[in-house]
Amino acid sequence: QKNGVSNGTLYKKTFVEHFEQAPMYVAVLTFVGFGVGTIFGYLRDFMRAWGLEKRNIAAEREEQKDFVPLYQDFENFYTRNLYMRIRDNWNRPICSVPGPQFDLMERVTDDYNWTFRFTGRTIKNVINMGSYNYLGFAETDVNALKTVTIELQKYGAGVCSTRQEMGTLDKHVELEKLVAKFLGVEDAMVFGMGFATNSMNIPALVGKGCLILSDELNHTSLVLGARLSGATIRIFKHNNMQSLEKLLRDAIIYGQPRSRRAWRKIIILVEGIYSMEGSIVRLPELVSLKKKYKAYLYLDEAHSIGAVGATGRGVVEYFGMSPDDVDVLMGTFTKSFGAAGGYIAGKKDLVDFLRTHSHSAVYATSMCPPVAEQIIRAMKCLMGLDGTTQGLQRVRQLGKNTRYFRRRLHEMGFIIYGNDDSPVVPLLLYMPGKIGAFARRMLEKNIGVVVVGFPATPITESRARFCVSAAHTREMLDTVLNALDELGDFLHLKYSRYSKSSHPELYEETRLELED
Amino acid sequence: FFSQIDVHLELEERLAKFMRTEEAIIYSYGFATIASAIPAYSKRGDIVFVDEAACFAIQKGLQASRSNIKLFKHNDMADLERLLKEQETEDQKNPRKARVTRRFIVVEGLYMNTGDVCPLPELIKLKYKYKVRIFLEESLSFGVLGEHGRGITEHFGINIDDIDLISANMENSLASIGGFCCGRSFIIDHQRLSGQGYCFSASLPPLLAAAAIEALNIMEDNPDIFQTLRAKCERIHKALQGISGLKVVGESFSPALHLQLRESCGSREDDVKLLKRVVDYCMNSGIALTQARYLEKEEKCLPPPSIRVVITVEQTEEELDKAASLLKEAAQSVLN
Repeated sequence: QKNGVSNGTLYKKTFVEHFEQAPMYVAVLTFVGFGVGTIFGYLRDFMRAWGLEKRNIAAEREEQKDFVPLYQDFENFYTRNLYMRIRDNWNRPICSVPGPQFDLMERVTDDYNWTFRFTGRTIKNVINMGSYNYLGFAETDVNALKTVTIELQKYGAGVCSTRQEMGTLDKHVELEKLVAKFLGVEDAMVFGMGFATNSMNIPALVGKGCLILSDELNHTSLVLGARLSGATIRIFKHNNMQSLEKLLRDAIIYGQPRSRRAWRKIIILVEGIYSMEGSIVRLPELVSLKKKYKAYLYLDEAHSIGAVGATGRGVVEYFGMSPDDVDVLMGTFTKSFGAAGGYIAGKKDLVDFLRTHSHSAVYATSMCPPVAEQIIRAMKCLMGLDGTTQGLQRVRQLGKNTRYFRRRLHEMGFIIYGNDDSPVVPLLLYMPGKIGAFARRMLEKNIGVVVVGFPATPITESRARFCVSAAHTREMLDTVLNALDELGDFLHLKYSRYSKSSHPELYEETRLELED
Repeated sequence: FFSQIDVHLELEERLAKFMRTEEAIIYSYGFATIASAIPAYSKRGDIVFVDEAACFAIQKGLQASRSNIKLFKHNDMADLERLLKEQETEDQKNPRKARVTRRFIVVEGLYMNTGDVCPLPELIKLKYKYKVRIFLEESLSFGVLGEHGRGITEHFGINIDDIDLISANMENSLASIGGFCCGRSFIIDHQRLSGQGYCFSASLPPLLAAAAIEALNIMEDNPDIFQTLRAKCERIHKALQGISGLKVVGESFSPALHLQLRESCGSREDDVKLLKRVVDYCMNSGIALTQARYLEKEEKCLPPPSIRVVITVEQTEEELDKAASLLKEAAQSVLN
């Protein structure tokens, strides 16, 4: 159902998100598909236990057979029987830069996906719809990487120390100043790994006696950080501000569960763009709620920094708000900047506190210098500091590509989730059999896609996820769209009941006939 | 999702071959390696016996796994055996539950916080006697101990298949970023789907994977650097003995030593300030040193404040002697 504008005054442009439900027969067939898979799974297990079928999976050592088994049989049931059938669609190794096109290593299996063998050949120029390369900075152009090579020769590859001991280089200081300037905040701190940024800093910011309100579909790193902190966690429905408001009111009225004392801190964890849904957080409503109930806001912009907003500064700019409204701005450099690592930005007191108390600053190595240089050059390009307008062009190209891609997919009749402006496009497949078929046939057409199923998504909603990039040209997108069209008809994937008219050319044809 | 590049596969193969195990898996961050490996195997209700002096990454991994944690005194095998016996009597009361609770021992090869080695042969005996699995964390000992740098298993001459999982980070000896786990395919393959730091995170930049491969090449081509390193460690260990006011903590062949105060001033803050003055004196005279940093409120067993002395194989003997004499001077002037 489309979500139109409800608080007309808060949103400066229309906020349109789609989460269409598929017809009922699709859900039924999906369950049937899983049921058949499960029955065959039990049959296979039975045959394996009785020796009628070979055991292909690795086994425990002879000397350790009487130890407590390491894996329970049931935990692995799904892996053994359902995942193993379509395993060839994941972990495909590539042998070039993950740009808009890449080269895949050809991989065949002789025994139905239990083991793989590389033939030694590569499949060249596969269109890449799976890598997080939103602004196209994953490139090997020698000119662009000149400064990175210089830094590599000056500093070497590793740092071999933590931030607090010997690991703070002048490159880190330069990078942090640049990040703070880019986002428009007072100060920033960078870390070596995006996942670790969340899981090591949330415990430093909140502890026992605090309340964490986290979105249903938050990323594992946020969930892990929240659990490690020891605070109480309550979950609100995805992007649903009424559910969040109810939780906030309950928290303030009832306080901590047994002692009824007020919570020490209430912090709301949300993401800018959710990577499995493609939805954008409702920031204006969230900020007004936060101000009303005096809670703190932690915004994880892993996918949205660089990808949305008029100049690529993330959801804060997309909604036209000021970065001071968000207490903790967190993001990663993996997606839009073609590097690795994460950052946390905000007021100076916050960042100074993190410099002394973050687990990562004390125990984990700092970011390596060539990677820091890559981020610096990408950010300078985005801000226009290198003298060209290339950065702005990339952001605009990404916006154009996103809107074109989504519009065409809607017209064709696929069910797409998410906001019209998000470069993450999940296309719903639903049935388990189609997951494997879709990915394999797309590869035959030289297009690499990412498919996701249970347990990363709910069991009935398996999907294929496309990541549009600024480096994709119109021709590449058209190739992909035509392939999707064909495949959609072949596999009956066009479930949408709201498709717009997709053949305006028909009208031209009839007009020509009439003129005749 | 298309993030495995051929360089990663090559690095995994090379590491598995170097360590003589079946398989290896690469993580993009050293801290995340052990902190994701432990929760992949040990869940709520399982029992983990861990040394008191385990590093912070291990502690976080244990916290994330929600298992029952039993600490035993540092390097004290008698204490560990006592805990194992207690567990055995518990098991006899409830054999059905005992059949499904997994047990692990987590130790480090060369401890970061104290600089000594764990007594691996005794641990192997305990393993088979009480049926517990061993996870070995070799961040400091990989590339340092053993004739060819394969770590503590080579140092003690133990069959590597006896250890269930070896985890190490590439940030110390290999001077790259990231970490790896190696062991039998039966164990390592599980992490590809259930290791949180592997599935939900971006992979290592190819630049760093290539740097690690190059470092492995150097290690394989010059096996005598390990001898040289050990000789230098012994030299500095001897040279630092007898400094007034500071005692050396750590094995003689450990490249990372701690210098702790012989007598504490009373409070931890004062100790830290005093050590800082020693470090500043050395910095001003041309030796870069650092204090070992800990998060005081978060550590389970906080080690006493110390200066960490780390050496590398490229430092010449004159430089090492000069460093030792400067340290003596610094300690003299500040502590007397």
